[in-house]
Amino acid sequence: MPQVILPIGPQHPALKEPVNFKVIVDGETIVGLELDVSYTHRGIEKAAEQRDFIRVVPLLERVCGICSHAHGTAFVMGIEEVMQLEIPPRAQYIRTIVAELERMHSHILWLGVAAHVVGFNTLFMWTWRDRETTQDLLEEMTGNRMNYGINEVGGVRRDLTPGQITSALSRLPKLEEQIAKYVDMVMNQETMLLRFRGIGKLSKAEALKYGTVGPTARASGVDYDIRRDDPYIAYSEIPWKVVTDTSGDVFGRTLVRIGELQESLGIIRYCLEHLPEGQIGVPAPKVAPVAEILSRYEAPRGELVHFIRTNNTDRVERIDIRTPTLANWTSVTVSLVNQNIADIPVIVAAIDPCLSCTSRITILSERGRKTAEMTWDQLSEYGRKSSRERDRC
Amino acid sequence: MLMDPLLLAVYILIFPGFLFLLAYAFFLQYLDRKIAARMQQRVGPPLLQPFADFIKMLGKEVIDPAGVDRMAFDAAPVVALAAAMTAFLYIPVVGESPFAFQGDLVLVLYLLTLPTIALFLLGWLSRNVFSSVGGVRAVTMLFIYEVPFFLALLMPALMAGSWSISEIAAWQGKHTWFALFQPIGFVVGLIGLQAKLERQPFDIPEAETEIVAGPWTELTGRRLALMHLTMHVALVAGSGLIAALFLGGPLLPWTISPPWLSWIAGFAMFLGKTLAILLILASIKVAMGRIRIDQLNDIGWKYLASATILQVAIVLLMGSRGVGI
Repeated sequence: MPQVILPIGPQHPALKEPVNFKVIVDGETIVGLELDVSYTHRGIEKAAEQRDFIRVVPLLERVCGICSHAHGTAFVMGIEEVMQLEIPPRAQYIRTIVAELERMHSHILWLGVAAHVVGFNTLFMWTWRDRETTQDLLEEMTGNRMNYGINEVGGVRRDLTPGQITSALSRLPKLEEQIAKYVDMVMNQETMLLRFRGIGKLSKAEALKYGTVGPTARASGVDYDIRRDDPYIAYSEIPWKVVTDTSGDVFGRTLVRIGELQESLGIIRYCLEHLPEGQIGVPAPKVAPVAEILSRYEAPRGELVHFIRTNNTDRVERIDIRTPTLANWTSVTVSLVNQNIADIPVIVAAIDPCLSCTSRITILSERGRKTAEMTWDQLSEYGRKSSRERDRC
Repeated sequence: MLMDPLLLAVYILIFPGFLFLLAYAFFLQYLDRKIAARMQQRVGPPLLQPFADFIKMLGKEVIDPAGVDRMAFDAAPVVALAAAMTAFLYIPVVGESPFAFQGDLVLVLYLLTLPTIALFLLGWLSRNVFSSVGGVRAVTMLFIYEVPFFLALLMPALMAGSWSISEIAAWQGKHTWFALFQPIGFVVGLIGLQAKLERQPFDIPEAETEIVAGPWTELTGRRLALMHLTMHVALVAGSGLIAALFLGGPLLPWTISPPWLSWIAGFAMFLGKTLAILLILASIKVAMGRIRIDQLNDIGWKYLASATILQVAIVLLMGSRGVGI
C-alpha cells in the first residue's frame, strides 16, 4: 500500500476528547505524525483573573474533571505560601486523603480505558465497577463524586467525622483485594501482554529530553515524584515509596500505575489512622501581597505546575497552568513512529491524556476561521511585547 | 433422501430453514450478549433486543457515501446474507439434511467465506480510509485463519470417507465423536470460527478504538441491518457446522421410534450442542483483548497451522492403521 494519511480525530471512538493526529502510514506502519491539540480553549486562565480567591477555587477545580483536587490544591498551596499561612495538620491530612483517593480513581479509570483500547472490555467493566468504591468514599467525605470543593485558601471546608473514618477504613480491604486481582490480570492476561509489552518504547534519555512527567517518566526509569522531591501537604510525614520501572513501554506504565494504586491505598490508610486532632483551617486574609510563585503538585498524570502572580489585590494578576498532559504529549509523537496503526490508541492512552485541560493557546486568523501555528521565537517575542505593553499602562 | 416438494419448501422456508434460522440467529445473538454482559457484571439486553435492533435499523435512513458504487454497495450485504443462509440448509438440524450431497462440506465452507469477502468489498467500495484499512485487514485475516480452519474441518471428512456433512454426522453416530478422535482439529475449528465471525480476540477488522468500525463504518440503515444479520446467521451456521462435524450433530447412535420422537431428540441435540459451542465462543470473547494483525499472523501460521498439520498427519497415520475410512 502507498503512504496514506489517516486522520484520527478531532472525533474518533478512541478519543474521549478532541485532538487531531494526522498519522502518515505505510500499510500498517506509522512513518510520521502531525499533532494538533488545541480544540478546547476555554479561556480559563483569563476567567481566573476576574475572580477573587474564594470564587476562583471552584473555577480552577473545573480545569479538569478527574484532577479537580489537584488543580484546587496546587492553587491554594501557592496562595497560602504567598500569604505565609500556617495550615493546621488536620487540614493537610484531609487534603492528602482526597488527593490520594483522586489518584486511585484516576488510575483505576485509566486501567479500564487501557483495557478497552485493546478490546479487553471485561477488565474495563470490572475496573469501573470497583472505581465506584473510591467515588463513594469521595462522596461521603466531600459531598461530591467529582469536583469535590473541599479546598479553600487557609484549609479545608469539611471535617471528617469518626464515623466517616471507620466507614472508609472498613471499605479499603475490599478495594485492596480487587487491586491485587488487577495486578494478577495485567501480569498474566496473554492478549494484554501481547499488546502492552515492548509497545511505545521511550528510553530514559528520551524521557528526560522530551520533559515527560508522572507515570510516563517513572516507567522509563526517571525517579522523579514531586510528592517526595518537593513534599507538600502531608507527604513528608507519611511512609510511602515512589514506584518506578525500567522497561519504558506501555506495560511499564501500567505497572507503575498499578504500583501507585497500592501505594495510594497505604497512604490513605495511614492518613485515616493517624489523622491529627485540631482545626481544619485558619482564617485567610482577603488580599495577597505582590509576589510570584510556582506551585508544584504531583497530579495522577504527573507534575502539575501553577504559576501565580499576585499584586496586592484579592485576585491573581496572572495564573498560568501547565498540565502534565502537555508535558507528555511530545513523547507520544516520538514513541509512535515505527509502530503499528493498531498501537496508536494504546500508546496515546498510555500517557493518560487529559486534553481539554491542556489547551492554553489558540491562534486564530482575523475572522476566526482558521487556526495558525507559532514558532518558539515568535511566541517569546509576542510575550515580551505584551509584557512591555502591560508595564506601560 | 428425496422428499415431497411441499415438505421441501417447508424445510427451506419454515423449519428448520429460514424462519427458524432467523429466530434462532436472533436468539443466539441475545444469548451471546447476555452471557458476555453477565460475565462483565452488566445487566445485558432483553430477549427481543437483537430483533428490535434489526427492525429499527431497517427503518433508518440509508446514506450513500459520496462517489460510491450504489449497486455494488447495496448488493454486497444481500449476497453475504444469502450465502450465510444457504450454508445453513446443508447443516443437519433434525436428522440428515434433505439437500445433502457428496461435497456439500466444501460448498458450505465456501459459502461461509463469502460474508468476509463481502465485508472486504464493502470496505473497498466505501471510499473511506478506515473502511479500506478494515477491509484489507479482513482479507489479510482470511488468509491467516482460513487454511488451518479448512484443514481442521476437512479432517472429519477424511476419516469418515465422505464429503457430505450429514454422512460425517451419521458416521459419528456409529463410532464416536470426532472431537474425541481429533481434539486438535476441534480446537482449531473453534478458533477459526471465532476468527471468521470477527469476535475477540479476532475483531481486528472492526477494531473500534483503532479504525472506527472498519468496513462497517459507512454502512447505514438496511445495509448495516443485513450485514449484522449475516453475522448472526453465520454464527448459527458455523456452530451448527462444528456441532455436526465434531460433536455428532443431531444424529443419535441408536434408533428411536416413532420417527417424530427421534426428530425431537435430534433437534434437542442440535440446540444443546450449538448452545454449548456458543458458550465457549462467548467465554473466549469475554476473556480476551484484541491482538494485532501481525501478531495474529505469527500465531496463525506458527501455531494454528502447525497444529493442524500435526492433526492431518495423525489422521493419515490412523487411516493407514485401519481406523476410520
